[in-house]
This record gives sequence, C-alpha cells and structure tokens, in this order.
Amino acid sequence: MSLTLAADSTTSQQNWLEKLGPGQIILAVALALYPLAASDFFLTQIGGYSLIFGMLGLSLMMLAGYGGMVSLAQITVAGIAAYAIAILGNNNSNILGFGWPWWLAVPFAVLAAALASALIGWISVRTEGIYTIMITLAIATATYYFAQQNYAIFNGHSGYTGIRAPVFWGVNWRDPRPFYYLCLGSAVLSYAAILYGARSTFGMTVQAIRDNPRRMRALGYHVTAHKVFAWFLAGLVGGLAGVLLVWFNGRVSPGTIGVDAAIDVLIIAVIGGLRHPIGPFLGALVVVLMQTFAIDIVGAERFNTLIGLVFLVIVFVSPDGILGLWEKIKPHLTQESLRSGP
Amino acid sequence: MTRGQAWGLVGLLAAAVMAWPVFAVWPDWLNAILISKKAFVSAILNGITLAGLYFLVASGFTLIFGLMRNVNLAHGSLYLLGAYIGYEVTNRTGNWLFGVVAGFVALAIVGVAMQVFVFRRLEGDDLRQTLVSIGISIVAADLMLAVWAGGTYQIATPEWLDGALTLPIITAVRSNGASVFLTYPLYRLVVLAAAIVIGVGLWLMLHRTRVGMMIRAGVDDRAMLQASGVNVHAVFAIVFAVGAGLAGFAGVVGGSALSVAPGEDVRYLLASLVVVIVGGMGSITGAAIGALLIGLAEQIGLVYFPTYGIVLTFVIMVVTLALRPQGIMGKAR
Amino acid sequence: MTMQRRTLLALALFTGLTAPSMALAADDTIKIGLLATFEGPFTVLGEDSERGAMTAVAEMNGMVAGKKIEIVKGSSDASPDSAVRAARKLVEQDGVKVLVGPLSGDEGIAVKDYAKTQPDVTFINGTSAAQDTTLRDPAENFFRFSTDGAQWMAGLGTYAFTEKGYKKVATVAEDYSFPYTQVFGFMAEFCKAGGHVPSKSWVPIGNKDFSSVIAAIPEDVDAIYVALGGADAVNFLTQYQQGGGSAPLIGGSITVDQTVLTSKGKLRDVLKGTPSAGPTADTNDAPAWKAFVEAYKKQPGAFPSPSLFAHGYYVDMKATLLGLDQVGGDVSDGGKKLRDALSKLSFDTPTGKVSLDKNRNAIADIFLTEVTEGADGTLLNKLVKVVPQVNQTLGIPEDEFMKLGAVNRDNPSCP
Repeated sequence: MSLTLAADSTTSQQNWLEKLGPGQIILAVALALYPLAASDFFLTQIGGYSLIFGMLGLSLMMLAGYGGMVSLAQITVAGIAAYAIAILGNNNSNILGFGWPWWLAVPFAVLAAALASALIGWISVRTEGIYTIMITLAIATATYYFAQQNYAIFNGHSGYTGIRAPVFWGVNWRDPRPFYYLCLGSAVLSYAAILYGARSTFGMTVQAIRDNPRRMRALGYHVTAHKVFAWFLAGLVGGLAGVLLVWFNGRVSPGTIGVDAAIDVLIIAVIGGLRHPIGPFLGALVVVLMQTFAIDIVGAERFNTLIGLVFLVIVFVSPDGILGLWEKIKPHLTQESLRSGP
Repeated sequence: MTRGQAWGLVGLLAAAVMAWPVFAVWPDWLNAILISKKAFVSAILNGITLAGLYFLVASGFTLIFGLMRNVNLAHGSLYLLGAYIGYEVTNRTGNWLFGVVAGFVALAIVGVAMQVFVFRRLEGDDLRQTLVSIGISIVAADLMLAVWAGGTYQIATPEWLDGALTLPIITAVRSNGASVFLTYPLYRLVVLAAAIVIGVGLWLMLHRTRVGMMIRAGVDDRAMLQASGVNVHAVFAIVFAVGAGLAGFAGVVGGSALSVAPGEDVRYLLASLVVVIVGGMGSITGAAIGALLIGLAEQIGLVYFPTYGIVLTFVIMVVTLALRPQGIMGKAR
Repeated sequence: MTMQRRTLLALALFTGLTAPSMALAADDTIKIGLLATFEGPFTVLGEDSERGAMTAVAEMNGMVAGKKIEIVKGSSDASPDSAVRAARKLVEQDGVKVLVGPLSGDEGIAVKDYAKTQPDVTFINGTSAAQDTTLRDPAENFFRFSTDGAQWMAGLGTYAFTEKGYKKVATVAEDYSFPYTQVFGFMAEFCKAGGHVPSKSWVPIGNKDFSSVIAAIPEDVDAIYVALGGADAVNFLTQYQQGGGSAPLIGGSITVDQTVLTSKGKLRDVLKGTPSAGPTADTNDAPAWKAFVEAYKKQPGAFPSPSLFAHGYYVDMKATLLGLDQVGGDVSDGGKKLRDALSKLSFDTPTGKVSLDKNRNAIADIFLTEVTEGADGTLLNKLVKVVPQVNQTLGIPEDEFMKLGAVNRDNPSCP
C-alpha cells in the first residue's frame, strides 16, 4: 500500500504565539476584517460558502492525510446533520419539524452526524486502502437514494425547505455579516482542533497506524477502534459544516448529498492539498470562485471540463495540491531573488 | 447409494422445487401474494438478463483491478463512450454488428492509451491513479455532453433480434381453457447469451492460454512475474485493452437494450462497484455471482417493493462487507 | 517558515476577493435575470427555454419602455440548491431586479422560498410546474404566468373516460413531486367521471429498466397512463414495444413533448394515437400560435416546434416585458409598481388569454392533444380540443380542492 500522504506533524516546544507565526496571524486578521471590504454577496456566497466547504474538505483531509482513509461520504455525514436540523427544528414542508430550539437541535445534529460517520468508518475500515474510496462512494449513493425514496423521514425528492438560521442575542445569524463570522468561527475552531489533535497522542497514533498498521497492532494498539474514533471526530467537523450548510441554503434535499456533491468535496480537498489543514480551505475558495464565475468567463456549459482539467493537472503535477505547488515554486523564487541581487 | 448420488438426488429435488413455480400454473393464492405469475417470472428473467449486462461491465473492471490494483473510476465513462460510438457507427453504416465491433475496438484503443499515457506514469500509487480516473470521468462526461448533448439515443437493433419470443411457460389459463404463454423480448436473451459466451471465453483465456497464465501469475505476485522476465507492461496493456473494450462492448449492447443518455456512466460505474465488492475484487467468477445477485435484487425490488428496491442492492453490499469483507469469491490479502 | 509562505499566498488570493461589484445597470438598460438549466442532463431543455425567452425579447426588438433589455443568464443543474445559488448570484451579485425562471418543479419551490427573503426583487416563473409554488404558502413577489402540472392535465381524465371509453387505467410515473401532480390532475377528473385506477407504479428516478414494471401491470386494464420524461419515457416506450405491449397509452405532458417525439428509434409506432394534455399543441391552427412558431424558429438551433419549456419561458418573459412596459421600465421603488401591474395583467398569448388568480398563478387555456404523424413524417401533437381558462383548482371550489390534500404517492386513490 502506498497511501503516503504524510502530513505535517512537527512538534515543537515554542509558545503558542511563536508557533502560530506571523503568516497565520496576518491571515487571521485579514479574515476577520474581510467584511469591511466585501459586498454581501462576496461575504456569504463566496466567503461563507468557501468556509463551509473548506470544513467539509477538512474533515476529509483529516481522514485522508492523517489516517490514510480517503472518504467520499463526508457530504453524507454533513447531510445527516442538515436533515437532523430540518427535522428537529422548524421547516415549512409540513413534515415533522419538532420545533426544538437551536441550542438543543445543533448538538444533537452534530452528534448524529458523528455517529453516522463512525458507523460508515466501522463498515469501511473492515477493508483496507483503496477499497475505502469505493465503499464510501457506494454508501454515499445508497444514502442519497434512500433519502430520495423515503417520505416519512427525509420527505423524498423534495426534501425540506424553509429552514432558518436562529435569531438570538438580537442577531439574525443568517444576515451576511453575522453568518460570515459564524462560519469563520466554526472553521477556525475546527482548524485549530485538528492542528492540536494531530499532535496529540491520539493523532500520532492514528498517523502511525496509517504508516504501519501491522506494527501498531503488534504493539498492542486497537487499530480498528482508533480508526473508527478518527471517523467520529471527522464526523463532528463534517456535521458542524452540515448545520452551517443547511442554514446557508435554507433547505436540504437529496440533491445536496448526491454523488456530484461527494466528488466536489474530494476535488476541493485534493486541489487544496491533503498535507495541511489549510489546504481544503484554499481548495474550497478556488472551486467556489470557479463555480460562481465560470458562467461569466467560459460559459456554464463547460464548467465541469474546466474544473476536471484543473483537478487532473493538480493530481499529475502536484500530488499535494496548491500547497505542494507552492512548495515546488518557492525554491525557484528564492533562487531568482539571489540572482537578481547585487 | 453413495454420497455423490445422495447429493445428486438432493440437487435434483432442489431443482424441481425451483422449477415448479416457473412451469406450473399458479393457484390463486400464490398469484395474490406475488401480484401475478407473469410479473414474478418476468422479474426473475429480467434480473438474470440484467445480470448479464452487469457482468459484461464489471468483468473488465475486476480484471483491471485484479492485475494492476487500479480502481478505474472512469470505467462508467468507458461504457458510455462505447455506447455513443456504437450509436454513431450503427447509424452511419446501418449495420448493428459494425457498431458492436466499433464499440469494442475503439474503447480497447482508448484503454491502452489510458494505461500507457496516464496510469503507467503513476504506477504503484493507487490513490493517485484513482483520483486521476475520477478527473478523467468528470472531463469525459462533460465532453460527451458537449458532443452528444443531453438527448436520449437508442441504438437500432437489427430486425432478426427484434420482437418477442414465446416461452413454454404458462402464465395463466383463460376461461375457455386456452393457455397464455409468456412472451419475452428476444434481444434480452441474446444479451444474456453474449454475457455467458464472453464469461466462458474470459475463463478459458485466463486458464488455458499463455497470456492468461501470466495474468494469473501477476494477480498473485506482480513483482515475481516481472522478475521472471515477463514484459509486465505488455501484459498490463493487454488487460486494459480487454477490460476497456468489454466496457465499450457492454455500452453498445446495453445501449440497444435500454438507451444512451448522460448519467449512464455513473449508473454503470456504481453497478460495477457494487457487483465487484459483493463478488470479490479481481475474480471473474465473483463478478458473475455478484452480477446475478445484484441484477435479481434490483428487478425483484422494482416489482415488489419499488420504494426501497434501489436501496436493496446497497444493503446486500453492506451485509457482504460485514460478513466477508473481501467479497464472496475474493481472496483475503 | 513554510507555513508563513503558505498563508501569505492565501492572503494574496484573498485580497482579490473583496472588490464589491454591485455593478448597477446604466440608466438606458434594464437587466433581466434568466435562470434555466444550462448545465447537467437538462441542458437541452434549458437551451430551448432560452429560445422561448429570447423570442419574447426579439418581439420587442430588444427594447422595453425605451430602454435596452440586457439578459443576464444564470445556470442551474436542475437541483434546487444550484437554482438558489444561481438566483442569489443574479440578484445579489449581478443586481437584477427582475428574474425569470426556474425550469423544474423543486427548483421553483426553492426559488419561491428564496424570493421571500428578497422582497424588492420581482420573480417570474419559468416552466416550474409544482402546485405548491403558488398554492400553499406563496410568496408575494413570485408570479407564475405559466400553469402547473395538475392544470396541464385538465380535460384529459374526462376525455379518456367518455370519448375513449377507458374504465380501468393503470399509471406508471416517476417517484417525485411533479409526476404526483400530473397523476393527481388526471385522476381528479378520471375518478370523478367514474373510472378506476387499480394499480399505480412509482418508478424510482434514474431507473432505466422498466420491463419488470411493465410485466407487473394488471392485464385487464383498458389503458396505461404514463408520466415519464426524457430518457425514462424513451426507455419505457421502447421496452413496452419490445415486450409486445398492446394496451393503449395515455401520456403526461412531458411524455409526449417534442423532446421525446424527436427521439430517434422505434418507439414511434407505440406513440401514435396517444392522447395527452398540456399547455401547447403542435397543430394549433390559431394564427397567433403559427406566428409564434415562426418567430421561435428564427432562434438558433430551434426544434421543428417549440417545446413546452420554450412556450412557458416565452409566456413568462412576455408578461415580464409587458409589465415593465406599463411602468415605463421603472423598478426604482423596489418593484412595487411592477408587481401591481403584473397582478392585474391580462394578455393574449399564442395559446390564448392569460390572467392571474389571487395567488399570482395563471388561469389559462389547456390543450387536449393526440399524437399523429405529420406530412413530413415527424410526430406531432394534434389538437383535439381546447379546455378554456383552467384555474389552479381545476374548476373545483377552493376549499373543497384544498380538502383533497397535498399530492403524494397515495393521493388521490380510486382502485
């Protein structure tokens, strides 16, 4: 097996400010100040949407990068959280809708997603490596068909509409600026949690299992349990993204969790790069920008060719996505600056 | 009575029990439970013939995986491209057989090109190979949409394959005593026959020829095969040609039975995935068993519980994975 | 310091994203958003709907109230999510105040839901034909000058029962809201007339192999009502013919639409003589219709006869332009005047007079048709009868109609 997507896991003993480095701090400030410069459209449709899909990509990156398990079912996990919000909270489809307050519905939805993720993980870790991608694809499709056919819980092909983000502390959280900050906050939280988790004992164990499961088993680690728990954690991130997604769209239907969407998440994670948690966010930004503005540039008709080619080039030229591309270019840039010196 | 004879007798009895509902005239209570005999027998026949089509697609997929550890997620695109090419050739030449041959040959060439120009460069890196195949399938689907638009095409089958065959199966008895026999489309039986012929052919190729021996050796230990002086790349190219060609062939055959439209690529990719996961990756016999299970489940589900019939195939997959992760005929690795 | 470089790169990408670009239309142009399926499997339908919309624009020579019409296209892949995303881009980024679309049923419900959050923008439907877009929980600023899927069936149930003499009919349709609506429209009349529907087959979306479904249809039915569209219709009809099916067919509106009639293959023989109903008829002799067909054919890539998608987008775009003309192209008041004008608008389309009810849904003529072979060998929907001025409750008093309940798999039922 050669699923070697070694992820950064440098441990260091610096204090946290040093560890962050100026780059991340500047980025954080820029992201926090972004609403001052951006229009409402850019704030939600580009900013918020990219952050949501970045989180979905992140939950995939964490499984693939640290655990060596490439999952195509992350959108399914998010979808379960989204459906749970529609069912437990309010919707205007006249089906279910228990009217739970958001602070009760959200934890339940995220937990449901994480449990579903653990279940998917448990099924797919029975096999190894490249099988995972096939099995998760099949599970994602099965869930899609089930949601489409089932009216009692999923309201069939139409799904649920009229799901509103909560209003509390006098803020309507679906208004552009609050919603952007909500997405940003969730994304930063997930990002930090994964950075921290990767350096924890558990994170190191999972990475060691990725590199050599047999040795870890011999050392007395419960390999399956570790992997399934990694799926559970990825499910938490995916579920949170699902909650934001359903508030963003105001609706959820089988189309939200279809095969296309599943592959979109994979594209995002791969284009961005599976080596570092920032990758999926980069990938999401690139894909969302292309998706939104392709109709103005190449025409919507051939959008998929464009994104497919970009994807192919990335996989061929730089297996580590845009991040890897940067790593490749960087030495040349430094060379250049040396030459142009006095 | 020897042990063998005893088993033979048991088998004969089982066959008789299986055959009874097919040939006997059903009592009313059975008709009431299973809608009608016509519906039941048709579902079984359709399941078996659909399995033939699934087997054609999945055998190429499993062959390629077995030897090269290459999960080619563009396999569905090969099916669809074969179908479109078959349509164009049949339409222009007016001869359906030319279309079938063109579908096979064109896709065999495409398959070799994919192996030589794409997958060989990424050898040993199965994840990247799989990702590349996803990329290819996205681009291919969009380009095919550009060329053939979103319309639905039907490949015209020749006269001699058209029409319905009357089978010696009585579905009902009219009040005047006349028996109503089951009619069944001839073409679907031909698809099944083609699948069986090709299945047997593949088996013979794998077990009776030199190339087949190399392929089997490669499945078991690729490095050792290479070390013993065999040109592995040539073997890989041959297998890819056969696998992709079979997908193209299935495209033309399936496109004549059903129809050709965007989205069929994903449909047949998923069918192949489920078939080989259930049957066991890399095993031709497994593909046949998997195809039969999935084909029957799909058709019976469609008639008796249409709402969740489509989910049934995936349930079979999950159950298989839970009980036997390597698939029914798969070898544990 | 690789991390820093990376984040700086991200930053560089980001600064390009802040340009606020609510590009306002110049005073002498009016921007109209056109939302249809320009990607995915419904691309063909989306393109024909664009031809219809552009026919209406061409009729006005591209001008309304002295201003130039600028069409901004938005593309969906027929999924509700992508429809809302495209609508959001048109409204929030491109700044359109008037939007025509979308094309399919669930997209319509999604866009209506979005319309509620944009009270200053006026939404006019494309061809989306779900009942609940306007019947239940409507949006104040969503107008539908095309009719819904149940209205399209007006007259068909009665015709099948009395003229054709069918007493027992089985239905085969796809398993989602639009076919439910069509079956509802057919059965509402057919059951009332005294007919029976002993078997309803709901086929999962995406299923291509109908032969087992066909075998399970009871043998003693007089006819089979088929509401399938596109590839599914073609598959069903072919397999029906291959299996030696002999019961006559009754078609839903999209079963025998141009997109299906122009399909290549042998299903032509099965289709001939199939009665159906819908918002258009190919052999309509009315001069207005003929003029419309001529105008439509000038659009690039046009079908021999406009599909109902071209027709629906034409009617809705025409209504939009007439409304804009009445208010002098002025939408600076958040479109209030325009919406008043649209609510009162009543005009003659190629398919007869159209006006709106209190839910802003069209009251229009419906055409009962039968498939026949034209002189040049192409299949056409021959006009049998015009059902005048069908409203959304199909002539049934509203409270009684609402009591029938929302459409689903089991409603209505008359085994």
